[in-house]
Amino acid sequence: MTEVSMLVNGRTVSGAVEGRTLLVQFLRETLGLTGTHVGCDTSQCGACTVHMDGRSVKSCSILAVQAEGSEIRTIEGLAEGNALHPVQAAFKEHHGLQCGFCTPGMIMAATDMIRRHPEGLDEATVRAELEGNICRCTGYHNIVKAILAAAETMGDGEAQAA
Amino acid sequence: MYEVNYHRAGSLDEALKLLADADDGKLIAGGQTLIPAMKTRLAAPSDLIDLRHIAELTGIAVAGRTVTIGDPHVRHMGTIGGSLANNDPAADYPAAMLALAATIVTNAREIAAADFFTGLFETALEEDEIITAVRFDAPERAGYGKFPNPASRYAMTGVFVALDGKTVRAAVTGAGDDGVFRSGELETALVTDFSPSALDGVSVPDDALMTDIHASAAYRASLIVAMAKRAVTMANG
Ligand SMILES: Cc1cc2nc3c(=O)[nH]c(=O)nc-3n(C[C@H](O)[C@H](O)[C@H](O)COP(=O)(O)OP(=O)(O)OC[C@H]3O[C@@H](n4cnc5c(N)ncnc54)[C@H](O)[C@@H]3O)c2cc1C
Ligand code: FES
Ligand code: FES
Repeated sequence: MTEVSMLVNGRTVSGAVEGRTLLVQFLRETLGLTGTHVGCDTSQCGACTVHMDGRSVKSCSILAVQAEGSEIRTIEGLAEGNALHPVQAAFKEHHGLQCGFCTPGMIMAATDMIRRHPEGLDEATVRAELEGNICRCTGYHNIVKAILAAAETMGDGEAQAA
Repeated sequence: MYEVNYHRAGSLDEALKLLADADDGKLIAGGQTLIPAMKTRLAAPSDLIDLRHIAELTGIAVAGRTVTIGDPHVRHMGTIGGSLANNDPAADYPAAMLALAATIVTNAREIAAADFFTGLFETALEEDEIITAVRFDAPERAGYGKFPNPASRYAMTGVFVALDGKTVRAAVTGAGDDGVFRSGELETALVTDFSPSALDGVSVPDDALMTDIHASAAYRASLIVAMAKRAVTMANG
């Protein structure tokens, strides 16, 4: 067993893990952050998407030891108290989910996508960018709508702040 | 996944030493190929030597055109070195390297792309060799046409074309029985006229192409021509 420590949602955490422990297992089983889901064995579905050092990654395809010393953000770390993150609010508003299983990964992918496209997003870009996130329920339509709406709100916020 | 010992290397020398000391050590870069393979127990190294924190191995001297590989989350981790070392017959980078006549630089030597890819998941790399850089001259024009497998999004057939002065190179991935290869038929057609219509009526033999549940060799042969047209259109665009 190896002791790892990292910053998860702004809090320094540590725990003993095996070399083979996946980051998603550490998050869910050691830290109890079960918002991050596992939907496949093949690194394809994206339900496990979290941010590592500010960029989206699949936590099922990274070892916890690889994340030693890094900064992780999960779905639990997005809202500010009771105020939903704009992407969470947009998913609620536009009904961007049905069963909700893919949703944490979708939202973590969306926040990363919006960050990487400060120029704004269009529908084709959002659909292409969602290649790594699979949803079995919605047909994606409302997910795309929610992401476009959130990108707009967040863009406006920045414009006002500037 | 089987138990594994993890080591984080701080320098190339340290990585080489860790690799030499390990029972059955494996290098790990982005892990986007290796970890999935370990999860299914297709790979079971005793030790992992993490290259991600070695400063000597990062950086891009010349940025080329974008080729889309995997999804954003995979790209945030995956590396070109890992892709080349793995030489998946359906990977994209091997085609680019071959068509760009790239040089693969390791801790020990320099290997021409033409000598580097030696078969399915096989390369000229020795057990204890680490890719440290990849070098190529930006060609006058280059493009890539890819027919992604609808499920995995890897190339079911991909063609990378590059035009440099009077030389045309066209490399095909996702289709060959032995992995990536250059197509003489495509090159001969394109060298006199570097346009998609030059490929009208060109046919590629299918005897050394793959047949699997996704596509037959004959279908791949026709995809090669179709993807080459897309690649040339992109290069000229
Ligand atoms: C969902 C998904 C979709 C993908 N889609 C595509 C796609 O469309 N096209 C495509 O081409 N690829 C695709 N990939 C594969 C991805 O591009 C590769 O995982 C990546 O390029 C390999 O790099 P890595 O850094 O992850 O390698 P790792 O997984 O870390 O390593 C792979 C192999 O290379 C060895 N290695 C790593 N670095 C070095 C080095 N510097 N020197 C010597 N040996 C080394 C390792 O020991 C290992 O054997 C996809 C992967 C996933 C998970
Ligand atoms: S659990 Fe499916 S990609 Fe990670
Ligand atoms: S809402 Fe059910 S999988 Fe996406």
